[in-house]
Amino acid sequence: MKYGVNERGYYGQFGGAFIPEMLYPNVEELREKYLSILQEPAFQEELNSLLRDYVGRPTPLYHAKRLSEKYNTKIYLKREDLNHTGAHKINNTVGQILMAKRLGKKRIIAETGAGQHGVATATVCALAGLECIVYMGKIDTERQKPNVEKMKLLGATVVPVTSGSQTLKDATNEAIRDWINNPEDTHYIIGSVVGPHPYPDMVARFQAVISEEIRAQLLEKEGRELPDYVVACVGGGSNAAGAFYHFLDEEDVKLIAVEAAGLGVDSGHSAATSILGKTGIIHGSKTLLMQTEDGQITEPYSISAGLDYPGVGPLHAHLAQSGRATFFAIRDAEAMEALRELSRLEGIIPAIESSHALAALKELKAGPDDVVVLNLSGRGDKDLNTILTYFEQQDAQQ
Amino acid sequence: MPNNRLTRLFQEKSGNLLNVYFTAGYPKLEDTTTILEELEAAGADLVEIGMPFSDPLADGPTIQASNMVALENGMSLKVLFQQLENVREKVTLPIILMGYLNPVMQYGFERFCAEAARVGVDGLILPDLPFAEYEEEYKPILEKHGLSLIFLITPQTSDARIRQIDALTNSFIYMVSSASTTGSQVQSTEAQRAYFSRVKALGLKNPLLIGFGISDKPSFEMACQSGHGAIIGSAFIKALQQPAEVRENVRAFLKQIR
Repeated sequence: MKYGVNERGYYGQFGGAFIPEMLYPNVEELREKYLSILQEPAFQEELNSLLRDYVGRPTPLYHAKRLSEKYNTKIYLKREDLNHTGAHKINNTVGQILMAKRLGKKRIIAETGAGQHGVATATVCALAGLECIVYMGKIDTERQKPNVEKMKLLGATVVPVTSGSQTLKDATNEAIRDWINNPEDTHYIIGSVVGPHPYPDMVARFQAVISEEIRAQLLEKEGRELPDYVVACVGGGSNAAGAFYHFLDEEDVKLIAVEAAGLGVDSGHSAATSILGKTGIIHGSKTLLMQTEDGQITEPYSISAGLDYPGVGPLHAHLAQSGRATFFAIRDAEAMEALRELSRLEGIIPAIESSHALAALKELKAGPDDVVVLNLSGRGDKDLNTILTYFEQQDAQQ
Repeated sequence: MPNNRLTRLFQEKSGNLLNVYFTAGYPKLEDTTTILEELEAAGADLVEIGMPFSDPLADGPTIQASNMVALENGMSLKVLFQQLENVREKVTLPIILMGYLNPVMQYGFERFCAEAARVGVDGLILPDLPFAEYEEEYKPILEKHGLSLIFLITPQTSDARIRQIDALTNSFIYMVSSASTTGSQVQSTEAQRAYFSRVKALGLKNPLLIGFGISDKPSFEMACQSGHGAIIGSAFIKALQQPAEVRENVRAFLKQIR
């Protein structure tokens, strides 16, 4: 694959495994084994049966007629919001828990920001009967209390992280520190296409089921496998990686990655990493990241807790730099407007993350004969408090 | 092959080497050189100056917190090199800079090495610089500026990899005492003794300094039995938090060890 990872773990100049020696044996073990485990027929069979009977796949590819009419093009929504636990995150955690069992691991750790990946990890740990420890920034545990309660109900231990800025990047640091301290029996389930090689590639492969299904479904509905556009939001970038994966080398398919501009790209409160970031090292990967001139990692901002990661997966850094994907930055207000629009036009309440992708539809300039596939990565239930507060404040201002 | 203060130290002294880590700009921005001078006077053999980073993922809570304070104090590589400008007029012990790769990359790797060498730094520890990248991209730059790069090994590092590291190294090997981040309490266990004797049996060309969890005289002496010396970091940072004046804190801590 032209845009796939090379044997050294790089996408163009991005990627690699910039990790201290204490992590090397764990990461190396995974690197040596992940591809052969993935290719085992028994592994594939177990994974596929769980994806079908437990997660609820394939998810529908839904022709959104009223939305299409509004934008004068043909829009299909890939309904990842209909997965068990409410988002695409579970595609990866189901895969990684099976991987962890093949590796003989007894203990699972994970980081989470908004709590979606934490819930998806706690879910599969319950399923597999493995101990689960989720690191979550203390500030996030307060902002996302229902997800903390869900994880606990599922039997996981949630550790509030008080180091650094007490959010996602610090939760990730803390999970990595746990792994350093437990090098033999523990598997770290990273939630996005970030971290040292082989994580970005492994997570992308688990999420690739999204684009695999899109191709088959589109063939059935449109008589062709390739859409004109694939649109997805990008924080770390796992749902976009999954939606793009089987189209990466189909250069006629336009790939549209949508980042969170927060209050505006130049406002100082943004998460638009492809625009604001510079090449650096974060969580073991060389990629674009938001940082000060001195190379200290800065705290991003977005109304969406799933998009405020200061880096971006190395695949996406490469897609941005090579021009293979077009990146848009969508402000909080635009995303919230798109959220309300989809709710009212189609009767689907999307996650705020996915609403960023929806808000990019107005920028596409797709024609009436074009086929646009938009990855609706999650549902909005988890965001209800944020949504209500946002619109109340907006009404009060008017 | 660097012929610097590090190489000379290991030629002159073969055991009981005390290496002390502290974070630049901590507890106060201007304490860096004061601590250096005092460490030399109090009998440290070499020092590691930590370059603070927002996300020090191999470090435990004590060093993390000192990094945060140092950054809030205004520490940066630019400020650190200014502070070290005339350091060689006052101290002669080998100086190692330790930190994560990202701030160094942003400063510019070549420019960083040139500045470090110019002010009199002898070696670097960059724990997140992988060795394939080091060999291909960074080694010639370090060599050009006469700097040594020090690698870490852990109980999980295989014999083959330790030999590879030994071949790439020309000063010493940083032997992490157990699977942990910095500052963890280390107890002498069967597994640790087995690790120490396994590494000893490899007959490496480079001296071994043992670090992580070395906090007092007994743990220092124990480490010196298995290696050529030991590295103290978190415990020293804690000592700097005592109410006394900074010079006093340094002296009091080293007196306990030596």
